[in-house]
Amino acid sequence: MYVAVKGGERAIDNAHAWLAEERRGDARVRELSVAQIREQMTLAVNRVMAEGSLYDPDLAALAIKQARGDLIEAVFLIRAYRTTLPRFGASRPMDTAAMACDRRVSATFKDAPGGQVLGPTFDYTHRLLDFKLAADGEVPFAPELADAEPSKDTPHIMEFLDREGLMQRDTDGRTPPRDLTREPLELPATRDLRLQALTRGDEGFVLGMAYSTQRGYARNHAFVAELRIGKVAVEMDIPELGFAVEIGEVELTECETVNQFAGSKTEPPQFTRGYGLVFGMSERKAISMALVDRALRWEELGEDNLGAPAQDAEFVLYHADNIQATGFLEHIKLPHYVDFQSELELIRKLRREATADRGAHRAAAE
Amino acid sequence: MTVGPDEETRDRKTWMGILARAEAGDLARLWQDLGPAPAHDVLRAPEIGGIMLRGRMGAVGDAFNMGEMSVTRCSVRLANGPDGHAYVQGRSRTKALQAALVDALMQSGAADAVRTKLLSPLAEIEAKRRASRAAKAAATKVDFFTMVRGED
Repeated sequence: MYVAVKGGERAIDNAHAWLAEERRGDARVRELSVAQIREQMTLAVNRVMAEGSLYDPDLAALAIKQARGDLIEAVFLIRAYRTTLPRFGASRPMDTAAMACDRRVSATFKDAPGGQVLGPTFDYTHRLLDFKLAADGEVPFAPELADAEPSKDTPHIMEFLDREGLMQRDTDGRTPPRDLTREPLELPATRDLRLQALTRGDEGFVLGMAYSTQRGYARNHAFVAELRIGKVAVEMDIPELGFAVEIGEVELTECETVNQFAGSKTEPPQFTRGYGLVFGMSERKAISMALVDRALRWEELGEDNLGAPAQDAEFVLYHADNIQATGFLEHIKLPHYVDFQSELELIRKLRREATADRGAHRAAAE
Repeated sequence: MTVGPDEETRDRKTWMGILARAEAGDLARLWQDLGPAPAHDVLRAPEIGGIMLRGRMGAVGDAFNMGEMSVTRCSVRLANGPDGHAYVQGRSRTKALQAALVDALMQSGAADAVRTKLLSPLAEIEAKRRASRAAKAAATKVDFFTMVRGED
């Protein structure tokens, strides 16, 4: 319990003024612009959009600046802003097969139709600090393939396994998805809610859960059948018009994993999938999401519950949100004077009693 | 040539898409070049809101909610008749208003001029941007070669 207390206004004002000064840092160093953060800290911006659950690079960049680079604080700012926006509606489900891919790789098929396209990846870099970046550098240049074909739809690699019937199919039952920002998350959570919770979940938490499945906590050996990153059109039905139009485009990372499945009472032996879809270029998060999605599907696939943390929907879904977690965690630093006073009283009383007891024993012994 | 309603809708979808995806700066510049804004009433002043973006489980299955995107919408009516609507990504009120006006003008006698001076250049900017990214991606496509193995 905490009790309303008054006082400290001046201290709070001054603390905030100092925060602003510290945020700015050494005034002799040029101030960082929001555009610079948006363009040059793109992956941080992506993470804030994904976990803040709002696709708006300018706002995410502003939030990062305001939060002094504390990404969870930035996510908090975005979540708070998001609640002020009137909801105009929902997009049609985005068609990732029509993605203009910057990157597209498969770990299962070398000769995937459409090819293996590396894109602007950190893979194959040597992770050595590049001191050239510490100096004012030239604008780098990326080669373009002269006779590149215009981008066209890139078919999903999973389709090929689908055709052979080796793949458990996801089907569109046209069920309207539930929205955990509009109704509290209740268990058992259907897969639509689980995916929503995972895509906005904390990257570190989802990564840790995914890693646990790889280390053996839930038998779930995954291959990355396909990982793709690129721009996807956003289409929405416009009530004033009576038809759907494209209202923008977003960058997404999509990961489909293929997992062995020995079959169950109702399903023949086949491959199953895990699915990850995240705002921005967020490869680690998308792969993690796919692994955790797959682990959480044990019940619908008729697998055994091995008691692994990643199979426990309550554990995963109720702890993945870093804003909920931060809120509860950090509230313990707020005044709990009354709580603590009563604890103090209690411990003093217990000690008094214990001392009195010992005194009585001693007296009896003598 | 007469244009059927289906074709009309398709055409309108195309230009509304171009306007929505255009950078606010590009649209503003070409809009300025087009001359003074036509007389109009604002039916719905530019309003910033969000829409829920949806994905599909396993890319093909049932929909799920991913997260929201900021959107600005606006509706106008030209003095000589047609209504224009805009739903555009982001929070630029100016862009939404200009997009709604262009949508209205495209249903008026000014359509040809607007197409030539504004929509075509915007489409070109977009096509160039896309081609450049596609060409960069193509340059990172892997050419595999298999080493000849010694054993038979």
